[in-house]
Amino acid sequence: MDFVLAVVIIGGLGLIIGGFLAYSALRFAVDEDPRVETICDLLPGANCGACGFAGCADYAEKAVKGEVALDCCIPGGKDVCNSISEVMGVESTASADKKIAEVRCVGTNEVARNKFYYQGVPDCKAAMMYGKGFKACQYGCLGLGTCVEVCPFDAMHMGDNGLPVVDAESCTGCGICAKACPRDVIYIVNANRTGKVILCNSKDRGKAVSDVCEVGCIGCKACIKGCPQEAIAVENNLASIDSDKCNDCGECLDFCKRDAMRDVVKIAVG
Amino acid sequence: MSVRSFVGGIHPSYYKEFTAGMSITPARPPSQVIIPLHQNIGAPCEAVVQVGDEVKVGQKIGEPKGFVSAPIFASVSGKVTKIEPYNHPLGNPVTAIFIENDGLDTPFEGMQPGKPLEELTSDEIKQIAKDAGLVGLGGATFPTHVKLAPPPDIAIDTVIINAAECEPFLTADHALMLERADDIVYGLKAFMKALGATKGIIGIEDNKPDAIANMQKAVEKSRGEYDIEIHTLHTKYPQGAEKMLIKATTGREVPPGALPMAVNVVNQNTGTAVAMAEAIKLGKPLYERVITVTGPGIRKPGNLLVKNGTLVKDIIKQCGGMKDNARKLILGGPMMGLAQPTDDVPVIKGTSGVLILTEEFVQEYPISACIKCGKCVEVCPMNLLPNFIASASEKQRMDLAEKYGAMDCFECGSCTYTCPAKRPLVQWIRIAKGEIAASRRK
Repeated sequence: MDFVLAVVIIGGLGLIIGGFLAYSALRFAVDEDPRVETICDLLPGANCGACGFAGCADYAEKAVKGEVALDCCIPGGKDVCNSISEVMGVESTASADKKIAEVRCVGTNEVARNKFYYQGVPDCKAAMMYGKGFKACQYGCLGLGTCVEVCPFDAMHMGDNGLPVVDAESCTGCGICAKACPRDVIYIVNANRTGKVILCNSKDRGKAVSDVCEVGCIGCKACIKGCPQEAIAVENNLASIDSDKCNDCGECLDFCKRDAMRDVVKIAVG
Repeated sequence: MSVRSFVGGIHPSYYKEFTAGMSITPARPPSQVIIPLHQNIGAPCEAVVQVGDEVKVGQKIGEPKGFVSAPIFASVSGKVTKIEPYNHPLGNPVTAIFIENDGLDTPFEGMQPGKPLEELTSDEIKQIAKDAGLVGLGGATFPTHVKLAPPPDIAIDTVIINAAECEPFLTADHALMLERADDIVYGLKAFMKALGATKGIIGIEDNKPDAIANMQKAVEKSRGEYDIEIHTLHTKYPQGAEKMLIKATTGREVPPGALPMAVNVVNQNTGTAVAMAEAIKLGKPLYERVITVTGPGIRKPGNLLVKNGTLVKDIIKQCGGMKDNARKLILGGPMMGLAQPTDDVPVIKGTSGVLILTEEFVQEYPISACIKCGKCVEVCPMNLLPNFIASASEKQRMDLAEKYGAMDCFECGSCTYTCPAKRPLVQWIRIAKGEIAASRRK
């Protein structure tokens, strides 16, 4: 008898509460555009904030309301923009180029001199509080990995030589690392460019560069003479290569007395 | 007499024996001085001399660009050879005036004794402090004339001379108390008169009994005229911190984020009092100061009277040079001083010491995880939770760091000193303070 009573009481309670919940779900339902959820699913979901909003859900909501452009998601790139536009029924405004982060410094622990020995919080921003960083070159990478720490896509790793390596496959070009870098040595560039690139950020004069680094660009302009394509320019004591003109012939390498001229990281661009 | 103190703090080894009781000796005149144009909290100065100009000792060479700023004076006579950026103790290169010393020490004509203190009015004293370029010589270099000009609705009743000298190694203030006791009292009287304060307090830690006795004698001379007391303080770091000193001597507590003015008190450093006395008695602006050159890594430690702009390497050379096992150079004391990447840096108004540490003093320990022992909480003189603030900062949660009162930290370093996990707590808190300040400015 007790057994039956217990089942009736618990079962009855369950029914009453269940009924109340069912009623509330209908009565207090929040009207939400179903497209918000669809778009949210299309977005990468890393909540990186590169679009300028609080996260993927926030961006999806604003995109559906039509408050913002549909090509803000940098990690998602062309594909995501196309699919969001499809959901919204408008024409895609995606730019064709995939972006990627590039660390413009080749001053490894072996070739770049340090001003002093730093002992403290292992973070580039923290190191910058003391004498603008321990690396003698004021433009070079400090190598304490603030960029590695902030990357939402696990696309950056600290190399054994004290410089971060960008994993071209995982990098979405969101630019979070470039913003976090206190030395502004990370640039967001087109992922599908080819040819040679100058991996140096130093705007110092030649003597000042060679005093602190064995490989940095000294702005000597020898490479300009060596380039048959006229793709190289020197500004602020720093050479730069126009990737549209560069045909990767490699002639410039014979003229360069330093070692900051490198091949562009090759990736498969889909 | 009862010994006064505050809650929290630490008892580091003091190492005062290197230079304690040594008399103040004038440093050898340098062949060249390099005087940075930014030597105080607040606005930098603008050069008022040009390359090629002949300057005299005590001549104004830097004119302040704002109210919270102080002029800068030539410390030697000679020719201005260059005006360009040069190394600065705070890290970033700052425009500096290079003066080649002609060795004549020709004094500037403008340096003349003025009226005695009895005849000066409050405003005249403030003007003298401003014209002499006085700043707080304890290290913070806050312009003195700003401290002497509280808002009209605040009445200052007490002036405290900070003679605690709680930083290990440093003995410059101790030496001043032994040799310039009368000037310290004179300076204090000038501050009291400028502020209309009725009470003067000189706070000295009880590890300097000779200084306490000497100051007592100097204070006796003006008994009846001014109400000045010597307070013996417990030897504990950071006893000389502004808020701790006020709590220990007057029992008043400065509210978070407020200045000592909020509790009707103004603090001044021992060295500043001497400089004030010199400015009134001799018309001498602030172009030299007493610096403790000390540490296990220097061959001949001492208390030196050094001219502003002298390069640290010249001072080290004069003191017999560094020992072979020297590893670290700090300007100021070991707790709050500034570690330097080079000795090619000029001495500025706020440099209280040149400290050279050897290998055994700079051993490196790996940073490990917080074990929640609470030792940092026990020692924090501001009653903060350094472990929480540092962890919040480590995890980029600056909002949390702010909530835990990061901005009230004055970076005394007691928490880092005591942390058994060897966590650089103060550095994390400094990062948080920097980011919070930046976001508040926005």
